[in-house]
Amino acid sequence: MTMTPTPTKPWAASPKDRIIDGSIFIVSLLSSYLLVFLTPLKGKLAYFVCFFIAYAIFTTAFKGFQRGNAAAKDALVNSLVAIGAIVTVIPAASILLTVLQKGLPGISFGLFTHDMALATPTDPLSNGGLLHAITGTLTLMALALIMSVPIGILTALYLTEIKGRFTGPIRFLVQAMSGVPSIVAGLFILSAILYPITKAYSGFMGALALSILMIPTIARTSEEVLNLIPNELREAGTALGGTQWRTVAMIVLPAAKSGLVTAVILGVARIAGETAPILLLTGGGDRVNPNAFNGAIGSLPYYIWKSFNAGSPEAITRAWAGLLVLVGLVLLLFTTARFLGARKVSK
Amino acid sequence: MTTSHESENQEMQTSVKPSSLADVANAKAPKAPGTTVLGTGLETRGVHAWFGKHHALSNISLDFAAGTVTALIGPSGCGKSTFIRTINRMHEFIPGAAMAGEVLLDGKDVYAPGTDVTKIRLQIGMVFQKPNPFPSMTIGENVLSGLKLAQIKADNKDDLLEECLERAGLWSEVKDRLGAHGGSLSGGQQQRLCIARALAVRPQVLLMDEPCSALDPGSTLRIEDTIRHLSETMTIIIVTHNMQQAARVSDYTAFFLSDGGPGQMIEVAPTSEIFSRPQDSRTESYVTGRFG
Repeated sequence: MTMTPTPTKPWAASPKDRIIDGSIFIVSLLSSYLLVFLTPLKGKLAYFVCFFIAYAIFTTAFKGFQRGNAAAKDALVNSLVAIGAIVTVIPAASILLTVLQKGLPGISFGLFTHDMALATPTDPLSNGGLLHAITGTLTLMALALIMSVPIGILTALYLTEIKGRFTGPIRFLVQAMSGVPSIVAGLFILSAILYPITKAYSGFMGALALSILMIPTIARTSEEVLNLIPNELREAGTALGGTQWRTVAMIVLPAAKSGLVTAVILGVARIAGETAPILLLTGGGDRVNPNAFNGAIGSLPYYIWKSFNAGSPEAITRAWAGLLVLVGLVLLLFTTARFLGARKVSK
Repeated sequence: MTTSHESENQEMQTSVKPSSLADVANAKAPKAPGTTVLGTGLETRGVHAWFGKHHALSNISLDFAAGTVTALIGPSGCGKSTFIRTINRMHEFIPGAAMAGEVLLDGKDVYAPGTDVTKIRLQIGMVFQKPNPFPSMTIGENVLSGLKLAQIKADNKDDLLEECLERAGLWSEVKDRLGAHGGSLSGGQQQRLCIARALAVRPQVLLMDEPCSALDPGSTLRIEDTIRHLSETMTIIIVTHNMQQAARVSDYTAFFLSDGGPGQMIEVAPTSEIFSRPQDSRTESYVTGRFG
């Protein structure tokens, strides 16, 4: 009978390798201190920059010395990729940390049960809350989603499935529109609808402007997703006696579901923190307004802007708390959407 | 509906080891008398096909008697796939495509004005080269997807599901996991799932475009078994590059060839004759492996 050998990983880093890697790290760290000390470079940023440069140089040099030219290039690219990844994560993490740090002191239970109808931003934090802003933001998002998701996905279906005569111009317009600055969308609704027709602020006006921003994002991303669905599936559906519409509805769209959810998430991400059109169009009320079609409506970006403008320490704490709630809300929406998108067919 | 499930396993190929393709073709078990052969067959008259200005297929006239298996053989690019795609009107999906001629199903031209294309595709099913189960559906849903696509009401879906999977030779392998995803099956099982899916709408003709080219030999044999059983109840046209396969499964073989111009049909005859006494010297060089 043969013995089963113990599983090993001959490709794993040996303790010696780890010690070398660790020493390169420490040497880089020390030399970054030395560089900052000796050169006129100062501040946190200087430490980071010096450390990354030193690390890249030392690993490259060491690998080159150890294994030759090709290994040196490999090590250089590896360290650059790692530096790139870290540089991306640091600002995001530090923003999140700052928002948490400054926002948490302002968070209380009352924040979610009261609006600012009977309070001003400069009042003590125990007065008022941001219920009106949360409900307002959710209302605006929901209205914008209701308008943008069908229009965006139908546009994408026209571009990928129908491929009609206007495909070229429509694709061009959608691409051009995805670069429209949000204030332009706001001013457009203001001058085309609010002033000449409704003559009053409302959540609906804000949602219209947000839809202008959201539709191109959803349409473009959905188009890319639908283009990834293999043509064989469309052919299989048609060969089984399905009309084009039945094939798209039963096969193409379900196959693209998780990608389409991503498209909608990107659309929400585009508008979640938009402030300019909201300042122009919603009027920013201080009281919970369940009717998006009548009267001013509050929202988190408006609340944050207003509180920062008020300037007192209480108001600024309110603003940070509002930011934290906005970030939390967006994260919550994303997680939910990801969860729904990733869920497999039931059974 | 009664089919011959019971005899399925007993009716396997004989264990004779044939030495030549002609022997393979002759050694085929005689077909059981047709139980429920549907329709009166399919006929093409002077079919041409174009892609833009490129004339891909010239003047194909072929008769496919009900309940027969016809293999289309020939080198790549000779228009075999294009030809079967003109039969169920899938050719027209390619931008710039054009055609001429008639495709008669039970005597009626499928290209006649006012014909409901989706009905034609229900009568003429298709199995593609690459297995393509619908990724968002379970195994069971895949089989019944044709009914949903064409909005056909079925009284007893469970029976239909079992019947189709049984006829495609897949039932015993998947009966305990009908709720699993189609993608979880092996390539050969996926292709049999696609055959079951095509059967669920009860077509009278089944077009198969190199159904085994992406499969291992074992799966290929299983699908060939399936084809033989299916031919008792339907007309089958199979495109294949595998001449052994043509010899094993088909009653008739048509040889297509393109001499640089549009693809033409060189010869059609009972399969055993194509492989033993081909009339055309080009057919002979092809089936004996001298070119192509």
